[in-house]
Amino acid sequence: MADEQKPEGSQAAPPPAGEAAAPPAKPAAAAPKPAPPKPAAAARPAPPKPPATMAATPWESDLAHEIKERFGDRIVETSTYLGQNFIVVKPDTAIPAIEYLKLEADFDYLVDITAVDWPKRAERFDVVYIIYSFARNERVRIKTYIADGYKPETAVSVHLTANWLEREVFDMFGIEFDGHPDMRRILLPEEWQGYPLRKDYGILQQDDRWVRENLNIESGQ
Amino acid sequence: MPDATFLDSTELVLNMGPQHPSTHGVLRVILKLDGEKVLGTDCVIGYLHRGVEKIAENRTYAQFNPYVDRMDYVAAISNGLGYCLAVEKLLNVEAPPRAQAVRVILTELNRIASHLLWLGTHALDIGAITPVFYCLREREEALKIFEKYCGARLTTHAFRIGGLLYETYDGFEKDVRDFCTMFLPKVDEYEELLTNNRIWVARLKDVGILSAEECKEYGVTGPVLRAAGVKWDLRKAQPYSGYEKYDFDIPTRQNGDTYDRYVVRMQEMRQSVRIMEQAVEGIPEGPIMGKVGKVIKPPVGEAYVSIEAPKGELGYYVVSDGATQPYRCRVRPPSFVNLQALDRMIRGGLVADVVAVIGTLDIVLGEIDR
Repeated sequence: MADEQKPEGSQAAPPPAGEAAAPPAKPAAAAPKPAPPKPAAAARPAPPKPPATMAATPWESDLAHEIKERFGDRIVETSTYLGQNFIVVKPDTAIPAIEYLKLEADFDYLVDITAVDWPKRAERFDVVYIIYSFARNERVRIKTYIADGYKPETAVSVHLTANWLEREVFDMFGIEFDGHPDMRRILLPEEWQGYPLRKDYGILQQDDRWVRENLNIESGQ
Repeated sequence: MPDATFLDSTELVLNMGPQHPSTHGVLRVILKLDGEKVLGTDCVIGYLHRGVEKIAENRTYAQFNPYVDRMDYVAAISNGLGYCLAVEKLLNVEAPPRAQAVRVILTELNRIASHLLWLGTHALDIGAITPVFYCLREREEALKIFEKYCGARLTTHAFRIGGLLYETYDGFEKDVRDFCTMFLPKVDEYEELLTNNRIWVARLKDVGILSAEECKEYGVTGPVLRAAGVKWDLRKAQPYSGYEKYDFDIPTRQNGDTYDRYVVRMQEMRQSVRIMEQAVEGIPEGPIMGKVGKVIKPPVGEAYVSIEAPKGELGYYVVSDGATQPYRCRVRPPSFVNLQALDRMIRGGLVADVVAVIGTLDIVLGEIDR
């Protein structure tokens, strides 16, 4: 049962902000970083702490230079991590960059659109586009950081497949895409209140009113 | 959507599903019809939504592993492989060679099982009753191997992050070899029933055409893309789990219609047998578990790893914040993306073809709704 062990202090709290559960093993070693939520390894000789941010390295390639040249300071960074390249762009540049890569660099397949919620950050959401080029056999992620309430431009005008993918992001995170032809929920019922994949939406939370009115039961739990 | 119908007759809205046998699960399709002609469709999905991605954020990496089997439940092993590879990528470890070979064998066996279920039900939708019995008969043999290996037939939880939990049982190689020799003549048998069958050909030829360009526009992958002439398979394009060691072809066709997708899947089953035959010959000796700690705690970072599942590109985008639980685990399901092309495929077609086109997409609602 090599990997079946429970983690120390198996906390049930959804966001990993559970520092309160275990006192830090070595107060001296605790660096004064507020953000990284590390479940403190109990009374063992503390292993080397993982870096608080992704240990990405700059991505040097023709494509990276090309896109930097084209979009200038709208490109925040071009990096690579674990051999996977990603470009962080300003929110208004995501779609132009995807279009540019489609037309000029053969990135003709939009693999996925998704989002990640970081409630403590000012720009609350990562919106992540994964694109692939059949000709180059290469995959790149375009990332952009947006604030809650910001409406990013839709990618439907560039890739038709963005239609349902953006609807799912809207359904789960409440990010509305500007110019989307059909901005409705896709998996949850249309009248549902709340966006489940936001971090402040609890794992047991549900839309009680919807459940009562439509299923005629008090609770779905 | 055109404004007027033929001879200004009334546009008929027909509801299909969610409890319709040929929608393969709880898919609801709202059809807009002009007589026999389909003017447009609207898919209603989500009936099977369980919030898998939310569950992932509340389970440890190892605890979430069995959940992925419940997405594409007819190809649970592929789901498990994709997830394990994604977390292994984050941990920067690789499964040992022995584990990789066993993974390949079981995943290909699962591809055959998945294609068999597709073939049986697809033929049943079209009106051919016999193939489903044949297909389930052979699928049973594959499931028996899963059961002997890990005790489960469908939601197998066969792989672990870092490798395998179970060593192969005594006679595993023999069972796989026996399956391979038994199975190839059976594929001939299915083809005898269907490939040149006049009704089968008439129902499938030139139905639900999706060109290579449209496939790319809609992000459609898997056999649907290959039937349109694009020779692309992640097992070749970006090999994982040691697929580069095996010699196999990527079957393609040119027309991109329902018949071509049938032919591509039939050939894929033969190729899977080829891969299994090669893999089972030289399963390397050695450990089956890589260097993965008891508590899985990847460093802060993110990774997107995708595999060629029986239905197309199955991807996992996992974000770690250094904790024992994934911060975010996005699943890129092939069925969800492929289903979006349904409207393009049947618009302008006949209502009887809707069933054929839904069947040929080979969707699984557990994966679409997650």
